[in-house]
Amino acid sequence: MSPISDNLDTERRGVVFRLRQSDMLHSFLRSKIAMLSALITLAAIIGAAFAPWLAPHDPFDLASLSILDSQLPPVGMEGADPLYLLGTDDQGRDVFSGILYGARISLAVGFVSVLLAAVVGVLLGLVAGYVGGRTDAIIMRIAEVQLTFPAILIALLIDGVARAVFGNLDRERYAFWILVLSIALSFWVQFARTVRGSTLVERNKEYVQAARLIGIPPFLIMIRHVLPNVIGPVLVIATISLGLAIITEATLSFLGVGIPPTQPSLGTLVRIGNDFLFSGEWWIAMFPGFALAILVLAVNLLGDWLRDALNPKLR
Amino acid sequence: MLAFTIRRLLQAIGVMLVVALISFTLFRYVGDPVNQMVGLDTSLEQREALREQLGLNDPVLVQFARFVTRAAQLDFGTSYQFRQPVVDLIGRRLPATLELSLVSALLALLCGIPMGVYTGLNRDSLLSKLFLTISLIGISLPTFFIGILLIFLFSVTLQWLPSFGRGEVVDFGWWSTGLLTISGLKALILPAITLGLFQMTLIMRLVRSEMLEVIRTDYIKFARARGLSQRSIHFRHALKNTLVPVITITGLQLGSIIAFAIITETVFQWPGMGLLFLQSVQNVDIPVMAAYLMLIAFLFVVINLIVDLLYFVVDPRLRVERASH
Repeated sequence: MSPISDNLDTERRGVVFRLRQSDMLHSFLRSKIAMLSALITLAAIIGAAFAPWLAPHDPFDLASLSILDSQLPPVGMEGADPLYLLGTDDQGRDVFSGILYGARISLAVGFVSVLLAAVVGVLLGLVAGYVGGRTDAIIMRIAEVQLTFPAILIALLIDGVARAVFGNLDRERYAFWILVLSIALSFWVQFARTVRGSTLVERNKEYVQAARLIGIPPFLIMIRHVLPNVIGPVLVIATISLGLAIITEATLSFLGVGIPPTQPSLGTLVRIGNDFLFSGEWWIAMFPGFALAILVLAVNLLGDWLRDALNPKLR
Repeated sequence: MLAFTIRRLLQAIGVMLVVALISFTLFRYVGDPVNQMVGLDTSLEQREALREQLGLNDPVLVQFARFVTRAAQLDFGTSYQFRQPVVDLIGRRLPATLELSLVSALLALLCGIPMGVYTGLNRDSLLSKLFLTISLIGISLPTFFIGILLIFLFSVTLQWLPSFGRGEVVDFGWWSTGLLTISGLKALILPAITLGLFQMTLIMRLVRSEMLEVIRTDYIKFARARGLSQRSIHFRHALKNTLVPVITITGLQLGSIIAFAIITETVFQWPGMGLLFLQSVQNVDIPVMAAYLMLIAFLFVVINLIVDLLYFVVDPRLRVERASH
């Protein structure tokens, strides 16, 4: 069989075959840590996505809450109710169900803000790297100034402005989007810088010159030809950013400027529980906190593995 | 070197002007300054008079110039929330934040560098793996949760250390220090660990990877061949050459320590600038927000400048290169 038809054959056999042949899958199956953290991340995503069906109680259904069930300790301690695996908070809400619903919001904020940051960052990075000149200089100057300010500070400032513009009530209604916007605004720089770097290398390669010669418009060259070749590192940054975004969201919610307590995220749950730490009800803050930590740890380990797997130099 | 310093100074002034513009926009256009200063029963004429008196009807450029001139004289107006000059409010809380930040940075350096050297030299020892695992957990745990864990362990369960406040402070003029009293020192321990842990893991990982690289170089092999002692090779020859990136990162991190102090100060109710800033965000106290932003930017710029100049002190090669140009 000639090499050309061999190539065609591989292509025809589709994605599954190519995945089975790839190094990525091989390295994934060999790394126990990667598999474990992927499992935890997947479990968290499923638990969060199907929270209304999986959670034993609905923490937002006020009718089902009873003050008699409030501040029950987790199973294994004296006075526990087996109905409430991880105990209940001051209003009788099940802590375990709260964590599932909380993870839903934490993950949603994380995913949407990273997606937004990635889209904006990749596009700006492509344009900066491909067009060059003054456009490049302006985009990168903005990125540099942005980089000097920590994400938390930018998010706090945006929140303060949002409070002044919307007023406190409306701010709670838009809290999710304000949060997504402020996190994305501080995370796009990382994407832009990386993509710009790889685009600078790609733009001088022959396939780009050929595409330019046959008159393909610059925008199409960027999206259809350059983008697929610079997307690898973007995946790594996205995974690492997801962990950071979840931490940032939790921190802002803990500080009381993120998701309001009517729809608590994991950070809001820790904030609520923090008030009961001194009266002995440690489980209200600790379990959501540990859930958050395990989730972020799993995502970070996954990011570490992805970085090593995509970088052949390290092998 | 002089030309380099001047160029960096000009850049620093440029950054400060941009930040001042953002602060000014916040101050002037987010919420009406006049509405915040007067009661509901103030008539329209009185409001207009106040507007004129504050110079809010002047051209924008004139207003911006006035804002910058006043900021340079540390006049940031009056807090909407406390009805006091912003500079007094911040000045009273500055020592608490600076003490906390510097102690945390020191802690991070004093623990992070030896741990990094150790893990770099003994790659496969059990202790190295333990350090690396701890550092991964340290990066994954959110700062506020580390603080809560420490409070739960040392304040609630063991009752060894206080969980909030600064303890007793001693006043030196406008500077109040908690470093000279027992209760002040005890109150500092938990917040400093909380704030410094992340930077410590960062410095440790950095020193480790630099050490791994340096130890392979020829001049270390040559030092071995000369029969120098291990200690001398590791600390006088290898460590010295890992310090340039460490200084950069530590310098840049010092800025984010001050920003991250917002979280630690909230967890421990530490009476610093971060707590003040958070309250000002929650109460839409724009003058305090604007002043805090300017102050943080100023600290960042100054730290960056010092870091750049420190390179010359640490790395003699730079001095030679600059001189020969």
